[in-house]
Amino acid sequence: MALRIAVVGGVAVALFAVLAFRLWDLQVLSGAQYLAEAKNNRSREFKVIAPRGEILDRDGNVLVANRTSLALQLNTQKLPEDPAVAKAELGRLGKLAHMSPRRVRRTIKEQEEVAAGAPVTLRKDVGYDLVYYLEENLRRFPGVTVQRVFVRDYPNGSRAAHVLGGVGEVSEKELKQGPYKNFEPGEEVGQAGIEYTYNRLLQGKPGLTKIQVNALGEPTPGGQLVSKPPTPGHNLRLTINSSVQAAGESALADRGLPGAFVTMNVDNGEILGLGSFPTYDPTVFTKPLTQRQVDDLYRSEAAPLYDRATEGLYPTGSTFKLITALAGLEGGLITPQTVVDDTGKITVGGQTFENSEGVANGPVDLVSALRVSSDVYFYLLGLKMWDTNQLQHWAHKLGIGRPTGLDLPVATNGLLPSKQWRDKLYAEGETERPWSAGDDIQLATGQGDLQTNPLQMAIAYATLANGGSVVTPHLGLQVEDAAGRILKEFKTRKRRHVDIDPTYRAAILEGLHEAAQSPGGTSYSSFASFPIEVAGKTGTAERSGHANQSWYIVLAPYPHPKIVTAVTIEEGGFGAESAAPAAKEILEAYFHGQLAKASENGEAEGSEVAASELEGGHG
Amino acid sequence: MYASRSRQAHPEPFAIRASVGERLGLAHMDWTLTLATVALVAFSVFTLGQATTHDVPGSPNYYVDRQALYGILGVVGMLLLTRIDYSRFRELRVGIYTFLCASVALVFVFGFAARGSRRSFELPFFSFQPSELGKLLLVLALAGFVIDGARRGSARQRTVRYLCLGLAPAALVFLQPDLGTSMVFAVATLAVMYFGGVPWTHFAVIGATLVASIALVLVVAPAVGVPVLKGYQEQRLTSFLHPSQEARAAGYQQAQSVVAIGSGEKTGRGDRATQTRLDFVPERHTDFIFAVIGERYGFMGAAFVLSLYALLFWRALRIVTLSKNSYGTLVAGGIAVSLLFQVFINVGMNLGIMPITGIPLPLMSYGGSSVIATFLAVGVLQSINIQARLSQRGRFAW
Repeated sequence: MALRIAVVGGVAVALFAVLAFRLWDLQVLSGAQYLAEAKNNRSREFKVIAPRGEILDRDGNVLVANRTSLALQLNTQKLPEDPAVAKAELGRLGKLAHMSPRRVRRTIKEQEEVAAGAPVTLRKDVGYDLVYYLEENLRRFPGVTVQRVFVRDYPNGSRAAHVLGGVGEVSEKELKQGPYKNFEPGEEVGQAGIEYTYNRLLQGKPGLTKIQVNALGEPTPGGQLVSKPPTPGHNLRLTINSSVQAAGESALADRGLPGAFVTMNVDNGEILGLGSFPTYDPTVFTKPLTQRQVDDLYRSEAAPLYDRATEGLYPTGSTFKLITALAGLEGGLITPQTVVDDTGKITVGGQTFENSEGVANGPVDLVSALRVSSDVYFYLLGLKMWDTNQLQHWAHKLGIGRPTGLDLPVATNGLLPSKQWRDKLYAEGETERPWSAGDDIQLATGQGDLQTNPLQMAIAYATLANGGSVVTPHLGLQVEDAAGRILKEFKTRKRRHVDIDPTYRAAILEGLHEAAQSPGGTSYSSFASFPIEVAGKTGTAERSGHANQSWYIVLAPYPHPKIVTAVTIEEGGFGAESAAPAAKEILEAYFHGQLAKASENGEAEGSEVAASELEGGHG
Repeated sequence: MYASRSRQAHPEPFAIRASVGERLGLAHMDWTLTLATVALVAFSVFTLGQATTHDVPGSPNYYVDRQALYGILGVVGMLLLTRIDYSRFRELRVGIYTFLCASVALVFVFGFAARGSRRSFELPFFSFQPSELGKLLLVLALAGFVIDGARRGSARQRTVRYLCLGLAPAALVFLQPDLGTSMVFAVATLAVMYFGGVPWTHFAVIGATLVASIALVLVVAPAVGVPVLKGYQEQRLTSFLHPSQEARAAGYQQAQSVVAIGSGEKTGRGDRATQTRLDFVPERHTDFIFAVIGERYGFMGAAFVLSLYALLFWRALRIVTLSKNSYGTLVAGGIAVSLLFQVFINVGMNLGIMPITGIPLPLMSYGGSSVIATFLAVGVLQSINIQARLSQRGRFAW
C-alpha cells in the first residue's frame, strides 16, 4: 500500500511539475510575445470612407460633387441561425427595399464572393422613412445597419458626361491587372473619363478607426482606440468652359442627330468643351441599373456612352482640304497663286470624280478653291501626290490616325489610309484592289477610307493656326485641395513641332476666312453677320449606308486664332446645313462678353471698330 | 511516510477549548486542507468579482454572489460531513449506488437541456447537476463494494466486477453527453481499484485496452463510418494536437486561452486584461477561469492557485495514509486522485496541453453543483482524518 501511495504521490509531483513548467514557459519566457498578440487581438480596424475630390470647370463651377447617401447594409453573420427565420427576415427586408427575394440573394452572393465577411450593401440611397422604420423595428431585423456613404452628384445632369465618366466598385478583373491591381475589394474607383484618368488624385485615402472589440467582433462600450480621419481626395479643376460646353451640347441636342463637338485652345491644347450626342445622365450609374437602362445605354443604336468626339471614326469631307493644301504647298506642288481650271469633274483611270452637285467653279487659286470648296482643285492636288505618300506624311504629322495624348481613356486612333496600308491588306487578301490614284484623290477631300474624329481634326487645325505646334489636348487644369489652394498645375506640353511656312499658313487661313465670311464662301450663310472674324471650313462626308455627314471646323478670331471648334453631325447633310450653325452657337457662347460689348459699341460706333478691338485677345 | 505520527506526542497546535472543539470535531480537522479549500473558493469569488462585472447586464455581482453562496453552503456541508463517521457510507453503498445511477439516469427524463446536452435538473434556486455529486457518490459506493467483495471470486472476476460497477454510471454520464465527467468517473473507479489492491498486471491490461479503444474511437470508427464521439467532442479531443490550426473553431478557444495566460506575464494585467475581459476566451467563469487568473494576476496568481491545489492534494494523500481502515483509504484515495485528475485536465486545457473536455476546475470554476460537491468530498476527507485521530485516542464521535 505504501508503494501505491508513493506512486500516486510521484505522479502528482510530475503532473504539477508539468503544469508549473508550462505556466512558466507561457508567462515568463514567452509572456511578451503573447501580450503583443493579445493587444493586437482586441482591436479591429474599421475603414472610414474618404470622399472623392470634386471636379470643377475652369471657373470653379462644380461639375461633379458628392452627396451623402444612406446605404442599407446587412451583416450576414448576424442573421438568425435558423435558415427559415433568416429567409423570412430577408423577405421582409427585400419588400422594404423593393427588391425581390431572388435579387436579395443574388446581391448577397455577389458581394460575398468579392469580400467575404464584409457587410453587404443591399441598396444605396434609401429614403429616411425606411431608415426610421428600421430603427424602430431593429429587433425584427438583426444584422441590418444603415451606413452613410458618399455618392457622386452631378448638379448639371448630363453636362459633360463623356468627359467626366463615372465611378464604380473596382471589379474582380481590375483587381488582377491594370491601374487598380492590388486595390481593396469594394473600393470605389473611376471607371471612365476624367474619373478614371485622374483617379489617383481624386480618390481620397480612407481613414481608420480602431475599435476595441470582443471575440465576436462587436465593439465594446467606450472602446474606441485610435482614429485616423479619412483624407478627402483632391479637387480637380478642368479646362472646360461651362458656357462653351453647354452651348455645344445644346447645339447638338437641338439638331437631334448623333454628333460631336470639341472646342480647344489652339496654343496650349486646353479643351474648353467636348461633347457627344446622344448623351446620358451619369447619375444612373450611382444606383444599380434597371434592365431598361442597360438596354438604353449599352444596346441601343444611339449608343449614348460612345464619345463621338474622341472615339468617332468618320471621314471628314472637305474639312480635310486644309491638310491637302498644306501638303501641296509644303511639297512644292502648288503655290498660293497656282490657278487650276475647275471644270466640275475630273476623270482618272476611267473613274470620274465630281464636284458636289457637279458645279464648275472655273479658274480657282488656293484661296478661292478653299472659299468655294472646289473639289476638283484638291482632286488634282491629291492626284499629284499619288504614290509620293506626301499627303499621308503631312496628315500624319498633323496627328491624323495617331494617339492624341488626351487625358481620357480613349482606345481608338482612327485610320489614315495609305498605300502601304492598302497594299498590305491586298497582299493578305483582305481587300479587292491595291492602292490606286483614286485613293489619294478621295483622301485629298477627306473621303474614302479615312477614319478620324473631331478631336484629331481640331488638333490639325490648331497646328496650322498656331504656326506648327502639335498641342497635347488636355482636360486637367490644376489640382486643388478642399480649400481651393492650388497643389499642382498641369503643364501644357506640345507633342511635336511641324515647320510650316508662314506665308502658306496665311494663305490657307485666308481661304478659310473667305469661306466663312466672304460672299460665295461655303459657310457665308452662317457667319456673314458674325461680328468676329473667323476662318472656317465646311465638310460634307459621304458615309456608305448613311446620309451625308455634316462637318464644320472653325478657327477664331481671324487672323490670330485663339480657339478651334470642330463639329460633326451624323447625317446632318451639307457642312453649312447643320454643323456650321452649331459651331456658330458655340463661338457665340465663347465670345459672349465681346459680342455683348460689340453690339453695344456697334450701335454707338459701328462694328468695324468693335471687331478690331477684339483682336486684343481673350483668354 | 508516517511522519505525522511524531506529532501525536505534542498537543494539537489548533486546539481550542476541548468541550466545543471536540464536540464539533474541529480539533481533529485537517486545518491545512480546510485552509486550502476555503482559500481556493475565496480566490474564485474574488476573481469572479473582478472579471464578470459586465457579464450579466444589470447585475454586476451575479456570479460573485452566487459563487460566494455556493462556497458558504459547501463549507457548511463540509462541516456537517465531518460530524459523520464516513464508515456509515460503506453500509449505505447499495443505496448510494442506486441513488447515483438513478439521479444520473433521471436527467435524461427531467433534465434541463443546455447546448445539446442534458446534465442537470432545474431547481428553483439553481440547477443541480447530479453527475458532480456523483463523483463523490461513486467513490463512496465503489469503495464499499471493493471492501465488501474483497474475498469473493478470483482477482480477475473482482476486477471485472469493479470495472462494471464503475463504468455503468460513467457510461450514463457519457450519454448525456458529458465526456469530461464520465472520464472523471472512470478515473475515480480506477483509483478506488488501485487503492483496493487490484494487481498491477490488471492495470496493464486495462491500460492497453484503453489505448486500443481510443485508437478505435478516434481513428478506426470514423474511418469505417461508425462515429462514436460527437463531431465536436472529437474535435475538442484532438484539436490540441494541432495548435497551428488555432483559428479553427475548436482550437480557437484554447489558443485564446493560451494567449490570455501568456499575456499575463509575471504579475498580470489586472483590469487591463483584454483576452478574458472581452470574450475572446469563452466560458471564462467556468471551464476557463484559470485563464482569467493567469491573465489578470500573472504567474504569481496562477502559481499561487497551483500551489493551493498541490497543498490540497498533499493533505488528501496524507489522509489516505492516516485512515484507520481500508474503506477510508479507498475513499480518500478515490477522492484525491479524482481531484488531481480534474485539476490537471482543467489547468492543462487552459494551458493548451490537454484537450478541451468540459471538466471544471474544482472550487474555482463557477457552479453550485461542482463547488458544493467538492466541499462535500473534502468533508469526507476531513471525516476520515478526524476518525483516524479519534481512533488513536480511543474515542469516537457519534
